[in-house]
Amino acid sequence: MIKKIFFQSIFFNLLFFKEVFGAESGGMPQLNPEFWISQIFWLTITFGVLYIVLSKLILPKISLNLELRKSQIQDNIEAAEKQRENSEAKLKEFDDIITKSKLRARNIYQEAREKALKEINLKREALDKQIDEEIKKVDQEIKLLKKSAPEKINKIAIESTSALVKELIGAEVNSSSISAIVDDLSKRNGDKYYGN
Amino acid sequence: MATNPMTQFEVYRIGPEIKVGAFDISFTNASLFMIVSSLAILIIFNLGSKKNSLLPNKIQLLAELSYTFVSKMISDTAGSKAKPYFSFIFSLFMFVLFCNMFGMIPYTFTVTSHIIVTFMLASFIFIGVTIIGFIKHGFGYLKLFVPSGVPVVLLPLIVIIEIISYLSRPISLSVRLFANMMAGHTMMKVFGGFVISLGLIGGWLPLSFSVALTGLEILVAFLQAYVFAILTCIYLNDALNLHH
Repeated sequence: MIKKIFFQSIFFNLLFFKEVFGAESGGMPQLNPEFWISQIFWLTITFGVLYIVLSKLILPKISLNLELRKSQIQDNIEAAEKQRENSEAKLKEFDDIITKSKLRARNIYQEAREKALKEINLKREALDKQIDEEIKKVDQEIKLLKKSAPEKINKIAIESTSALVKELIGAEVNSSSISAIVDDLSKRNGDKYYGN
Repeated sequence: MATNPMTQFEVYRIGPEIKVGAFDISFTNASLFMIVSSLAILIIFNLGSKKNSLLPNKIQLLAELSYTFVSKMISDTAGSKAKPYFSFIFSLFMFVLFCNMFGMIPYTFTVTSHIIVTFMLASFIFIGVTIIGFIKHGFGYLKLFVPSGVPVVLLPLIVIIEIISYLSRPISLSVRLFANMMAGHTMMKVFGGFVISLGLIGGWLPLSFSVALTGLEILVAFLQAYVFAILTCIYLNDALNLHH
């Protein structure tokens, strides 16, 4: 309501332009041309000075500041990027070194293992040979013993038989006949006693 | 009497009468507030541009944000060709904004609430833009009045409308700012008067209204400065990049 009255008053003021000019109070001071020239004059001066000082002195400085900051930030970003790349390269180098050394360590281990295995094998073979030889020797000895054993047994048998016979009958018995009997017996039953 | 809401717009002499020939160029309260606004702008932006630190302080931040704000506004509306006119539009925006804002302080004078001031600014812009248009495009600038893709029958009518709308630019530009500022300030004064006349019991309602209006008026003060500047950019765009 008040707004309406207010705008109506402005509207009618504009309509009765001349009357408003005449009235000292109640009109729009904006339409009083008394100070128009003064306002134009001072507007030109103040705005002109403002424009000149801003455009020549202040705005270039602000724009320079902004650009400097932008370039500084850009530089910093570039430097950071460079350092990042550097550190990445270093990291790669480090990784390379580690993988290389790991490989080398593995090689050394492998070589040492092979060498040790070879030595062990050699020693084992030598030992095996020795053992085989010893076994052969022992086998031969056993064979020799086995071969000679019946004869000795026969001999002992003959001797003990002759001694027994002497004790029993008190007469000398012909040893050749005893030996013939023992031989015959051992040939028949030898397998039973000697296992061959 | 101070109860008349229009007395706040009265211009009066400060100091002696100065006359150059037949013209009265006395120093008035309007001149005072023009100088105060300009000085405030210069002081703030001088402090804001004095030293350059990577981390700007508050006043430097204010200056740089205003700078980027206006420069973005210009490049958005008028393109890169409008760069040489940046200082002018920046000064214009700041001048109107500071005059509007100083007017918001009680007992001050609002420079932009006077039609003669806004009309001078607007006609200066209008004449300047027209000159720039004719310099850039010669008589081809007149193509602005002949929109493409219009039927030939309608063309005379359209051209007349375009010419009228072009010529009314300074009026619309100046009246918009002047009327907004004057209406707002008058309303505030009217409500202030109601607070007094309704007294301690009934005065609270208009007082709260007055408070709300103050907020609104601060918004309008900024908005009108912005509109003034952006319309200047749009007119400049018409003159620089002729594609209608």
